[in-house]
Amino acid sequence: MLYNPPHPAETKILTRRFGLPNSESLDTYLANDGYKAFLKATGMTSEQIVDEVKISNLRGRGGAGFPAGMKWSFVPRQSPKPKYIVVNADESEPGTCKDRVLMENDPHQLIEGVLIAGKVIDAHRGWIYIRGEYRYLIDIMDRAIDEAYKNGYLGRNIRGTGFDFELSTHTGAGAYECGEESALLESLEGKRGIPRIRPPFPAVSGAFQCPTILNNVETFCAVPSIILHGGQKFADVGVPKAGGTRLLCLSGHINTPGVYEIPLGFPMMRAINELGGGMLGGRKLKAVVPGGSSCPILKAEECDINMDYDSMAKAKTMLGSGGMVVLDETTDMVQFALRIMRFYQHESCGWCIPCREGTLWLRKLLTRLNQGIGTSDDISMVRELAGNMLGRTFCPLGDAAAMPTISIVEKFRDEFEARLARPASSRMPAPGDLVSIA
Amino acid sequence: MSNPVNLTINGQPVQAPPGTLVIDAAKTVGIQIPAFCYYQGLSLQAACRMCLVDVEKAPKLLAACTLLVGEGMVVNTESPAVVKARKDMLEFLLSNHPLDCPVCDKGGECELQDMVFRYGAGESRFTEVKLHVDEKQWSPVVFFDAPRCILCYRCVRICDEGLGVKALGITNRGAYSEITPNMGTHLECDECGSCIDICPVGALTSGIYRYQTRPWEMEHVGTICTHCGDGCKTTLGVRNSEIIRGNNRDRSGINGEFLCIKGRYGFDFVNHQERLQSPLVRVDGKLEEASWSSALALVAAKFSSIESAGGKIGVVGSSRTTNEENFYLQKFVRQGLHSPHIDHRRSGDVAGLLDALSGKTGALAATADLYTANSLLVIGADLAQQHPFLAFQIRANWRHHQSRTYVVASGPVREDSFATRTVQAAPGTEMDALAGLADSLRAAGNLVIVFGDAVQGDAVRRLVDFGSGLGIPVKYLCLVDYSNSRGALDMGLAPDLLPGYRPAPETGMTVAQMLADKDLAALWVVGANPLEKTALASSSAFVVVQDLFLTETAQRADVIFPAASAYEKNGTVTNTCGEVQRLQKGLGVMGAKPDLDIFALLARHMRLNLGATQPDKIFEEIRASVSGYNVAPMVLATGGAALTNPVNGRVPQSAAAAIASSRDTLFTSGTLGRYSKILGNVMEAPGGLYQR
Amino acid sequence: MTFSQETEARFERLLSSYPEGRHRAALIPMLMYAQDEVGLVTQELKEEVARRCGVTPLQVDEVVGYYTMLRSKPMGKTHLQICTNISCLLRGGDKLWDQACHKLGIGHNEVTADGAVSLEEVECIGACSWAPAIQVNYDFRHNVTPDQLDKLMDQLRGAQ
Ligand SMILES: Cc1cc2nc3c(=O)[nH]c(=O)nc-3n(C[C@H](O)[C@H](O)[C@H](O)COP(=O)(O)O)c2cc1C
Ligand code: SF4
Ligand code: FES
Repeated sequence: MLYNPPHPAETKILTRRFGLPNSESLDTYLANDGYKAFLKATGMTSEQIVDEVKISNLRGRGGAGFPAGMKWSFVPRQSPKPKYIVVNADESEPGTCKDRVLMENDPHQLIEGVLIAGKVIDAHRGWIYIRGEYRYLIDIMDRAIDEAYKNGYLGRNIRGTGFDFELSTHTGAGAYECGEESALLESLEGKRGIPRIRPPFPAVSGAFQCPTILNNVETFCAVPSIILHGGQKFADVGVPKAGGTRLLCLSGHINTPGVYEIPLGFPMMRAINELGGGMLGGRKLKAVVPGGSSCPILKAEECDINMDYDSMAKAKTMLGSGGMVVLDETTDMVQFALRIMRFYQHESCGWCIPCREGTLWLRKLLTRLNQGIGTSDDISMVRELAGNMLGRTFCPLGDAAAMPTISIVEKFRDEFEARLARPASSRMPAPGDLVSIA
Repeated sequence: MSNPVNLTINGQPVQAPPGTLVIDAAKTVGIQIPAFCYYQGLSLQAACRMCLVDVEKAPKLLAACTLLVGEGMVVNTESPAVVKARKDMLEFLLSNHPLDCPVCDKGGECELQDMVFRYGAGESRFTEVKLHVDEKQWSPVVFFDAPRCILCYRCVRICDEGLGVKALGITNRGAYSEITPNMGTHLECDECGSCIDICPVGALTSGIYRYQTRPWEMEHVGTICTHCGDGCKTTLGVRNSEIIRGNNRDRSGINGEFLCIKGRYGFDFVNHQERLQSPLVRVDGKLEEASWSSALALVAAKFSSIESAGGKIGVVGSSRTTNEENFYLQKFVRQGLHSPHIDHRRSGDVAGLLDALSGKTGALAATADLYTANSLLVIGADLAQQHPFLAFQIRANWRHHQSRTYVVASGPVREDSFATRTVQAAPGTEMDALAGLADSLRAAGNLVIVFGDAVQGDAVRRLVDFGSGLGIPVKYLCLVDYSNSRGALDMGLAPDLLPGYRPAPETGMTVAQMLADKDLAALWVVGANPLEKTALASSSAFVVVQDLFLTETAQRADVIFPAASAYEKNGTVTNTCGEVQRLQKGLGVMGAKPDLDIFALLARHMRLNLGATQPDKIFEEIRASVSGYNVAPMVLATGGAALTNPVNGRVPQSAAAAIASSRDTLFTSGTLGRYSKILGNVMEAPGGLYQR
Repeated sequence: MTFSQETEARFERLLSSYPEGRHRAALIPMLMYAQDEVGLVTQELKEEVARRCGVTPLQVDEVVGYYTMLRSKPMGKTHLQICTNISCLLRGGDKLWDQACHKLGIGHNEVTADGAVSLEEVECIGACSWAPAIQVNYDFRHNVTPDQLDKLMDQLRGAQ
């Protein structure tokens, strides 16, 4: 089982069952508040449930941070079409590995969250879209789903409440873009992961063109606690505009990387020094990718901030998906920027011109700069081309590629200049080619 | 109607119905918003990002191609931010686009070229290596050069949405995304070339046209396709008396952007090596080249002597010659040769329909009606195979207006895929299926009934009775085969009908009767092949044939005159809906003459005076004397289609004319099809198209 | 074309998981599970899955081309995937990659001559907190050291 021993600085709500014997089993779940929230929710009206979620200030944990209660309230409940629940377990944002531990250690918490959402919009079917690489998690989820069916927590007339719900897993097949909600829905329907034109948003026209609640795994996992203990209690844990805890995936140059549950507003330096056990080898902090590779990077001196939506926005970056990558002084920023661009270029769906061509051009340009070939103008061009993508692409993947690139070039331009000045013999080798046409 | 939405575009007040896209609203006031992927009538993509515009209060630029007009919206399509975004987009696009414009077929007609010319990004900062993929040939007519492709997905959409063929898709991802054909390495499709036509750049090119010429070196002649009865306008690209391509360049015809393989590529029979270029006269049993004057003199003398001896002269006219030719021919036969024996191969019971509609007005459908009717009933016809443009119209109506289509057919047809209901009926039992459809049809409010040769004679009357019984406005469309099948009948190439469906004073023989008549003294066949499968009973008959090729009928001829094709003459033709359109001569072929000229020369040799022999003058005669043809000359002169309004009254039908469709497919076209290499090359398994 | 009982059972479960008339939704999972059994998406497999999901072979081509994990070329008996994305990069993932390429003498998406091992440089596999990480077929290996990788490769090759 993949989890960290509890750390005193953590506030454990979603992860509180981690480490219990057979934590993934229904028995353990039931013995520890399991499905109580759902049963409670069956006695509530949809409005009451949505209100609790709104009060909790739960914001989406997939990256965009949209208030979950508000999103749920957008679903046209009077629509005659069937309604669906879709769980985004595509977890592909570099630096992010939290949905994985949630599903591995406590799958029933996710199922319960889904059931409550289903109750809200009177949905009777849902899918958990899990990235293809997480095959073992699909097996874990399938087992948990089977267990739930067997014990009457899924299927017809759940625990005598008269509520029906069918749930299944659905595997992805290797595409970051399928984490984007509308591309995910296309993929769910058996198509290429090309995002949809929006509006309409999934709440109105989602899976199979029907009203759909689509949230991240962690978002759903927060729901049972919110319903069981009240939205206010959850809200109180966080900061005024963002309630509760979130899972922080710490990685990079720190001593104790891992997935930790922290209240919103937790100071970044404490995360590095306490949860992360300080910098690896006692080296100096250079920069932090605060919430997955698509977030603008922070320089060491900018890291003295609290991790909540507003503070991050003020620092011109984002909380993102909770993937916090810590970089020490030895990090080669040119190589780092290239690696990020290689990722987005590889994952660009190719639908729109600026992303498709922009990522490719930038990848080529950065590859060349990383080899020490080019001029100062080329460095400016990286900044400019990324700027030319920003805000103009069909979906946010283009922005996700542009934002970190812009911040790295702006904040570490000297490293790019130095690379060009280095004698040829010490140039970096060209990185292996990731692009496959097969 | 809901209230129009008021908005401002570039300071100009604009009104548009709710639901209008900003890109379309802008067009109404003459503001062009550039776009590659947006294409009116096809689904929205918002992929090219060329149409980004500034909208007041929006945090970023928005795509005008998916943005609906909103009350009070303030749009700027030329703000500095928009102008820069456009230029940047072109720069991105060009970064991976080969700059081989000088050798690209599309050079001079390329939307990307135009866009760069207009919006800049002329010089490139891109110095990296471009991706390269080799050009591929997908079919005899379709070539694909991936690097030139800008991924606007127009081709994929026109094939899927427009044609319903779904032969193109996209594979790979990101910068490696590539349009891909349905059979992995090759295409199996209608080969209509719509994908090539709609491609804004030179990624899809035609196997016929590629590397032949530069667009500005051709003369573009808008004329009417000579193949099926739908009457599509096709623009011939002609250089040095050679047709290099056919397309629908200005989309001005009734067919808009549509052309099938025949209209687009099926012109190559024109310079087939077996094309007749000199008159042939049978000498000692063998056909030998002869001069025009000797051949004409021979025929004139023969006709004159047979006529004065009271011998029977049978004449078979053509379904592809012009109205003027047909009108003149029937005059020639009836007034000059004093023979009532004139006919042509009949493929649909138009006369029966007109008769049954006697007393009804506005009951004949125009092609446009197929696109606007609330519901359609297609009975006994395989439209996708035999009337590709009509099929396209019906499909577009369904796509754009959610019209309902009902099909009664004896086998699977393409329309099944979207039809509200399909009834399978064994041949001959089609009419029995109608009763069960009445309620649904009535509910639709109005209806167009399209029928093929399965409905003829008495069945036509029953069909009209059925339509009248619905109590809603119903229009009818009787399908006929070729480019002027309809005109042939309108012009009186029938033993019982004079031009305009007036009764003939004396009923002559039908084609079948002529062929079976042992006493037939002469048979004159113009642009038809009645002896393809039937022998001529009269062994002594003197046979004269006007044709492009040495057909089975021509092989039996005593004299053959090499005739010009529709692409080599002026005149008018009438499509299956009864719409007249003008042919424009695209080129001349050495040795061959338009049938009208041959008639006129023959008349001169026989010292007959049959009136004017120039197409324009004859059309004036037709306008004045043929019921329904009094159409506005301006419409024709400007390349439009004028709906004729034939007799409203009983149409006598004394002769039992055999009516049978030629059962051509998308890839055949009677004799012409046999001499089109391109049609022969792409032949698909019959019916295979429906299996998807 | 038929599949193992287990796979068939999965297909059955899949096909019943989507709304009426939406069999196409099963396409990607079906391709994945079928590929697991066959090793790659063959022409035959493509046609079979197309039939079962009610799509055209072209629609399968579109999907297979899009998704990285679906492949129309055979991979090795063991597919070794090394993540070099940022978190792994910081922890030496790129060095593991070079090491594997050197030792096996193959590159990205290539297979050793004996067909035992294939290599793929993968994007973030969601193991960032346990970087550097690799996947051996579907199995995750976390905090991989060069030594461990070396032994693993020996094992894989020896297992031939
Ligand atoms: C390119 C891209 C990739 C994304 N990947 C993921 C992902 O892997 N998992 C996820 O939950 N959300 C991802 N998102 C965010 C989703 O679009 C969506 O906002 C989210 O699933 C909504 O759930 P939430 O409100 O609970 O966060 C991605 C967004 C983009 C633009
Ligand atoms: S930004 Fe454009 S190309 Fe990139 S992933 Fe989104 S839609 Fe696809
Ligand atoms: S036309 Fe709007 S994005 Fe292409």
